[in-house]
Amino acid sequence: MGNEESVFFSRLLTEMTLSFHIIYATIGVGIPLMIMIAQWVGIKKNDEHYILLARRWARGFVITVAVGVVTGTAIGMQLSLLWPNFMELAGNIIALPLFMETFAFFFEAIFLGIYLYTWDRFENQKKHLLLLIPVAVGASFSAVFITIVNAFMNAPQGFDLVDGELVNISPLLAMFNPAMPTKVAHVVVTAYMTSAFVLASIAAFRLLKGSNHIYHKKALYLTMKVGLVFAIATAIIGDFSGKYLAEYQPEKLAAAEWHFETEGNAPLVLYGVLDDGEVKYAIKIPFALSILAHADPTAEVLGLEEFPEDEIPPLYIHYLFDLMVTIGMSMVTLSALYWLGKRLKWAFVDSKLFRWLIVLGGPASIIAIEAGWWFAEVGRQPWILRGLMRVEDAATTSGDVDIMLYLFAGLYIVLGIGSIVVLTRMFKKNPVEQELKDRHAEKGGDIL
Amino acid sequence: MTLEIIGITVLWTFLFGYLIVASIDFGAGFFNAYSLLTGRQRILTNIIQRYLSPVWEVTNVFFVFFFVGIIGFFPKTAFYYGTTLLVPASIALILLAIRGSYYAFETYGSRGHKGYSFMYGIAGLFIPAALSTVLTISEGGFINVVNDAPSLDYDALFSSPLTWAIVVLSLSSVLYISAVFLTWYANTSGDREATNLMRKYALIWAFPTIITAIGIMVELSSHNPEHYNNMLDIWWAFGISFLLFIGTVWLLFKKKNYGMAFWMLGGQFLIAFFAYGFAHLPYLLYPYLTIYDSFTNEAMAIALIVAFIAGLALLIPSLYLLLRLFLFNKDYVRGNKDNHA
Ligand code: HDD
Ligand code: HEM
Ligand code: HEM
Repeated sequence: MGNEESVFFSRLLTEMTLSFHIIYATIGVGIPLMIMIAQWVGIKKNDEHYILLARRWARGFVITVAVGVVTGTAIGMQLSLLWPNFMELAGNIIALPLFMETFAFFFEAIFLGIYLYTWDRFENQKKHLLLLIPVAVGASFSAVFITIVNAFMNAPQGFDLVDGELVNISPLLAMFNPAMPTKVAHVVVTAYMTSAFVLASIAAFRLLKGSNHIYHKKALYLTMKVGLVFAIATAIIGDFSGKYLAEYQPEKLAAAEWHFETEGNAPLVLYGVLDDGEVKYAIKIPFALSILAHADPTAEVLGLEEFPEDEIPPLYIHYLFDLMVTIGMSMVTLSALYWLGKRLKWAFVDSKLFRWLIVLGGPASIIAIEAGWWFAEVGRQPWILRGLMRVEDAATTSGDVDIMLYLFAGLYIVLGIGSIVVLTRMFKKNPVEQELKDRHAEKGGDIL
Repeated sequence: MTLEIIGITVLWTFLFGYLIVASIDFGAGFFNAYSLLTGRQRILTNIIQRYLSPVWEVTNVFFVFFFVGIIGFFPKTAFYYGTTLLVPASIALILLAIRGSYYAFETYGSRGHKGYSFMYGIAGLFIPAALSTVLTISEGGFINVVNDAPSLDYDALFSSPLTWAIVVLSLSSVLYISAVFLTWYANTSGDREATNLMRKYALIWAFPTIITAIGIMVELSSHNPEHYNNMLDIWWAFGISFLLFIGTVWLLFKKKNYGMAFWMLGGQFLIAFFAYGFAHLPYLLYPYLTIYDSFTNEAMAIALIVAFIAGLALLIPSLYLLLRLFLFNKDYVRGNKDNHA
């Protein structure tokens, strides 16, 4: 296998592992927070329904954590196996957050073990809830730290290159790079948002499939409300991410927007097709790109003409960006309508159609996560470390990457199917109604 | 102590931690599968699940800590080991992934099939075998560097008696460590039958462990005389380790004080592991890589050590809490309490 092939297959394997890991990782970051909210509401209102909600989510969470952990272990090691030259360089400058991430994992793992095995062990429920805080903190911080590493790849700083030697290394400066604030905030907030909508979609599905239990209604209302808050935060921080790009990675923004010539009053291009360098059938929102990039409708936005041919990322990232933004705006609308509808007693938010839309919201949010990452990562091409190291110089020289690719593909298929089967079986065998009866807990409060 | 020595000591300590907790886990899976075959499953399953369930994720983190930490402290290892280990490490990863997730699926999901428990037990033996080849490779002689591109010489690796001796040692120590621990655990939970069974396994696996360990010494004297001579210089450490081994076996044999037996076993492995590692220095990979020429820059090293100390301050109390609640808590160990979500 030539080196070009090694690069190609290393890319494929990295893409595959990360795209799979991110599903479970996102859920792993967001669900502990949701469990915490439900349990807290349950204790506050003394409502057994919310406590049971927390408990059932916690059970499902264990399965997703398990897959998150094993795929995370795989990607952690694959970074060194597939990109040894990159890791050698990166190890010198950005190893600190990677190392701190393992402490976050440790912290999360220890308290998760304790939390899961101490239900009803304490007189005071609040003590049990306290144990969940380190789990949620640990999970969110693992996302923070790993995203810092990724931010560094987009905006490397904290060192000088003198005659090919790294000097003046500052690990803290490398961590607090310009890409870090928006990237970390956007990743963490989208994880919360996605988890809320995934849980909402399960509740809505149960309501559609016959069970009219108040338990599911409470779950739906809670998750949609939390989802709304984080969806709005996502859109706001997404806007800041756009401004970051305009300043530090203008070629990524220009490629995402098919913005070829530098100009002011730039319109935002949605969808459409490229025909010989001509944008056709697109929806153009006047001034919107200038606003997204610089918060000023007349501001000048750099176009692709400014960059050397071989440093322009693939133009298909346009669709990824549009997909992400479309889903983001739809989810804000959907959850806002639901929340308003509940307050103002509009009947249509309880209609079948509306519930089906909520069911779609969960998978859609996950698709937005995937699209967002593909956009961010492909948009960095051809660089692995922007401006410093190209992808083809970073890959392994080993000739066996293709076989590993097939082996890991098999693994992810098994894990994906296995986790879905186990989760469905787990909840089918032990329906809420039954469990509530078992617990003699008919003292639940009212919805709303 | 230089920064290099501090760095490698930290990493080696965590690798030792992984060695012990993972051995218990892997061995337990194997014994469980074996007892299925011989129809004694009921005896072991309970004990094993009570211990493993709350801690399995923690075990994995020890491993992650090691391989992330080594890139941090010694970034050049990414180049040599990263390039050459693609195949063995990927296989170990896939096995780890299947085993880890299967465990969670089975414990929290639904009871599976006997065949799975079986594969689970076997995977637990293949993983240490695959991982232990890294130790063999580090002794040198298996990596060729052509045009700046290192590659692993599989023929040399698989035909070397050293490789196989180390594989056998890793397997028998996994089973030995696990059996001694489970003897103690079963005894604490007051389960006579399980205690006796595990005690028998512990005694059976004690001897292959010590014999292959000696065999590896002999093998090293010709394969890597430098490492061998360094080990001879600190022969007394291996001597103490051997005395602790005798102590463990004697206590097991006399059916006395299983807790003490386990701590002595820990001491035996701790001393031997560190003496072996110390004699290996300064090389990380003979003859290409030493801790000095692969070390990171000073700023990063200090940052990592500070982070490490801060991390430990957080971790040690938490680990203590975990052990207090599940390992040393009589009610939990005896199965009087089940508070699973
Ligand atoms: C639920 C998922 C989700 C949703 C609804 C959105 N995003 Fe997003 N976005 C992500 C999930 C995501 C992500 C997966 O988290 C990314 C990929 C890499 C990153 O930093 O975050 C991302 C990256 C990302 C970037 C690139 C950052 C970079 O490369 O440094 C920009 C400019 C935006 N987003 C902007 C937006 C805007 C304006 C949205 C409008 C609503 C939006 N995102 C919704
Ligand atoms: C978890 C969400 C992530 C997803 C879905 C993702 C996706 C991708 C994709 C699609 C590529 C290939 C780009 C191409 O070759 O065209 C890629 C490359 C890469 N990503 Fe990410 N990425 C994620 C996060 C990260 C993070 C946090 C890091 C850093 C620690 C990282 C490190 C890399 C590396 C080293 C490459 C290979 C070099 C390259 O092709 O640019 N990724 N990723
Ligand atoms: C931004 C994208 C990522 C996020 C948000 C993320 C988050 C997480 C989370 C929350 C977990 C714990 C699993 C759980 O509790 O559910 C996890 C596991 C893991 N992740 Fe990721 N991750 C990302 C990308 C990566 C990358 C690129 C690497 C490689 C360096 C990585 C390495 C790991 C490792 C090693 C584990 C297993 C830790 C253990 O043994 O407990 N992750 N990740």
